[in-house]
Amino acid sequence: MNYLMRRLATFPLVLIGVSIVVFVAIRMVPGDSITAMLGTEAGLLTPQQRDALAAYFGIDQPWFIQYWHWLLGLLQGNFGISSTYGKPVLGVILERFPLTLELALLSMIIALVVGMPAGVFAATHNEKLSDLGVRMIAMIGQSTPNFVLALLIIYTLSAGFGVLPAMGEFSPLWQDPLRNLGQLLLPAVTLGFAFAASVTRISRSAMLDVLSDDYVRTARSKGASARSVIWRHALPNALIPVVTLSGIEFGYLLGGAVIVEQIYALPGLGRMVLDAILQRDYALVQGSVLFIALNFMVVNLLVDLTYVALDPRIRLREH
Amino acid sequence: MIPLLSVCDLRVGFGRNPEANEVVRSVSFDLADGETLAIVGESGSGKSVTALSINRLVDFGGGRITGGSIKLRRTDNSIFDLTTAAEPQLTKIRGAEIGMIFQEPMTSLNPVLTIGTQIEESFRLHRGLTGRQATAAAKDALDRVRIPDAARRLKYTPNQLSGGMLQRVMIAIALACNPRLLIADEPTTALDVTVQAQIMALLAELKRETGMSMIFITHDIGLVAGIADKILVMQGGEAVEQGELNQILDNPQHPYTKHLLHAVPHFASGRATRADGRRESDRSTEPALKVDGLVVRFPVKSGLFGRATGAVHAVDGVDFDLMPGETLAIVGESGSGKSTTARAVLGLVRSTRGTFSARIRKTAAGQGALPVQMVFQNPYASLNPRLSIASILAEPVIANGGHVNAETRAKMTTLLKRVGLPENSLERYPHEFSGGQRQRLCIARALMLNPSVVVLDEAVSALDVSVQARVLELLVDLQREFGLAYLFISHDMAVVERIAHRIAVIYAGQIVEIGDATSVLSQPKHPYTKKLIAAVPTIDRRHERFELDTRQVPSLVRPLGFEPSPAKWDEFGPDHKVRVEA
Repeated sequence: MNYLMRRLATFPLVLIGVSIVVFVAIRMVPGDSITAMLGTEAGLLTPQQRDALAAYFGIDQPWFIQYWHWLLGLLQGNFGISSTYGKPVLGVILERFPLTLELALLSMIIALVVGMPAGVFAATHNEKLSDLGVRMIAMIGQSTPNFVLALLIIYTLSAGFGVLPAMGEFSPLWQDPLRNLGQLLLPAVTLGFAFAASVTRISRSAMLDVLSDDYVRTARSKGASARSVIWRHALPNALIPVVTLSGIEFGYLLGGAVIVEQIYALPGLGRMVLDAILQRDYALVQGSVLFIALNFMVVNLLVDLTYVALDPRIRLREH
Repeated sequence: MIPLLSVCDLRVGFGRNPEANEVVRSVSFDLADGETLAIVGESGSGKSVTALSINRLVDFGGGRITGGSIKLRRTDNSIFDLTTAAEPQLTKIRGAEIGMIFQEPMTSLNPVLTIGTQIEESFRLHRGLTGRQATAAAKDALDRVRIPDAARRLKYTPNQLSGGMLQRVMIAIALACNPRLLIADEPTTALDVTVQAQIMALLAELKRETGMSMIFITHDIGLVAGIADKILVMQGGEAVEQGELNQILDNPQHPYTKHLLHAVPHFASGRATRADGRRESDRSTEPALKVDGLVVRFPVKSGLFGRATGAVHAVDGVDFDLMPGETLAIVGESGSGKSTTARAVLGLVRSTRGTFSARIRKTAAGQGALPVQMVFQNPYASLNPRLSIASILAEPVIANGGHVNAETRAKMTTLLKRVGLPENSLERYPHEFSGGQRQRLCIARALMLNPSVVVLDEAVSALDVSVQARVLELLVDLQREFGLAYLFISHDMAVVERIAHRIAVIYAGQIVEIGDATSVLSQPKHPYTKKLIAAVPTIDRRHERFELDTRQVPSLVRPLGFEPSPAKWDEFGPDHKVRVEA
């Protein structure tokens, strides 16, 4: 409990650090939000008009004054107004987030369901032909860029079976689950493939290590069957690196998957953030980076809690 | 009567071509009901492979039985050849008819499962017990190996128990289904000597209770005198001699058996101490190292803000001095603070209090010599595998601001020759050397700076017994030649007896007895020293019944600001002091 409190207490500190970096970084990028908003017409503005607009948006102030105003707003739950959408930033993010979360979860499920058994299989058939096959596929999975894979999938489906992935307006899970899965399954497979390849490789090597451990020999000396040795004695000990990897990958996926979202025309976080950066939508960039950082910290915390649940030797402790 | 186990012409090989790569060659023995066979040999002798072949665990380590037979008489008196058995048949025999315990109790239990679950598994596999029945059986199994408070301990995971306790849990698991054969593969090698005595006592008692047979594998021929009926001596994959216990111990025929019995250090209750280089009674010479009131504490933190709430008193007021040319052995069990003392002397851990003074010897021009150097326990881990021997030997010189010049190189060559390594060693890498040779390298490295004191922290413990004997000889020769003072940290009384002039017994961070080696070993006065010495196995004590002593070492965690009361000493003879316990 103590540990959880202490971990949660560090969250605001990290978030403040992250937000300062983003705040300054986005303002160091050449160009400004007025030019971005008005496009070529920005050239028609007189310097006076430009200054007036800058004053209106508050971007004529030094960055730390702006930061202070933003921080005060944040404390009241106000992330600011997105200049591209003309809506509150938090609303824009939360509108996109369910899709990103679902996509990330689906990819992780695919990765674990496929990758772990594949890794265990390869480890128990070490250096046999089947092991080499699994390793080869995993290598291909890791080295195929996901836009190539996405295009391959779409091409195969449409050219081979005349089926097109569900496009058009995105329907959330709770409104039309079937249509929702139809829209997300292929993107999830695309993302999950490389993810599964990493899981396969890491669970294979972790299993190989564990299978030569003394307690596995003990289990065998008790008369445990090969299956029980693998699933009951070895696998739980090999899970730690798999959890670590899954946590990191999942954290990244929560930040959105720009390319896959683009190809499958999904309104996820990734595209939104990219657009926000291109449009110099300061409030939206700041808000979403903060949101993504928070996600990462929550995922890390969950990973650490999983460690403790998996391995009694790991205790919750400040490092 | 048909023997319980009959091994005939057993051959085991490894690798792609096992016939060409045999590590066990033509081993045969019989084992009757209730009999204990000790297989004795050094690493690489094939003793463990022989044992692992019996329950065919050797298959999982890449080994294959290439010839011979292992016939087991089963409960229904049918004869079953284990060498040709299929895996499903073997899983029914393992655990049920053949139990096994291993060398490292700390790693032999699954770290993520409770010990209760791990004991219950045996009952589930072979007795079909489930749920509450299995739990009750597991509790009985723990009671049987004399683990107090068994019901509560079932819920512990292995990290919550000490090595000795874990080995008892291993025994509980191995004996859960009353196998008629127990294979014990070096079951006490990783344990402290008093814990070793407890485990040996327990095994002997359980053997009497159940009438099981046992194969006991060890490198220590002294250890088996207390438990074995027959001995099989192995060397280089072959059985060189076997016979009844007394016959082998009293009248060995094979030269290797003679070597094991006579060249290897065995504890002799102070009769085998050194006669040379005794401390002179007049204290005119300046000590090479003087330690005064050494205290090392590690804070214990707890609570929301991690405030120190206590301290581990690892070393609590240790004083001693060490004369040039003298060996002081610090003996004690793990956790007693003996290694921390050594590390504090070297500055590897920061001492909380206390003073050291070490005499700096005048050395050859320009080389600033550090007066204290160290040799560590594990020669495999303490040499950087990426450095050539020349670089390894140059390291201490460079670290002290010296340069590798002709003089340094000459010194390297001389030292290598002196520690008995071939001349071309300089260009080679650590992996090209055996364990004993590596430890010689470590010794040469320690001597590069002409130290006056060398700290040897369990420096021969990781070595095979006969290699141990030769490294000890080298250490004694070097001591005479260079007038070195040794601070020799060890848990092994037999080794200590061979090298020490004086002995300090350390218990719970404090010296409880210190003095002349012969006096301390032959007439121990402190109860802890007596217990320690009584626990040392010797070839003289045969079939002796050990007392089962399950006392635990007290906690070294003390509240903040705790100070131990000043030590009071009883004097026995000119150089033998014993701490008076309050």
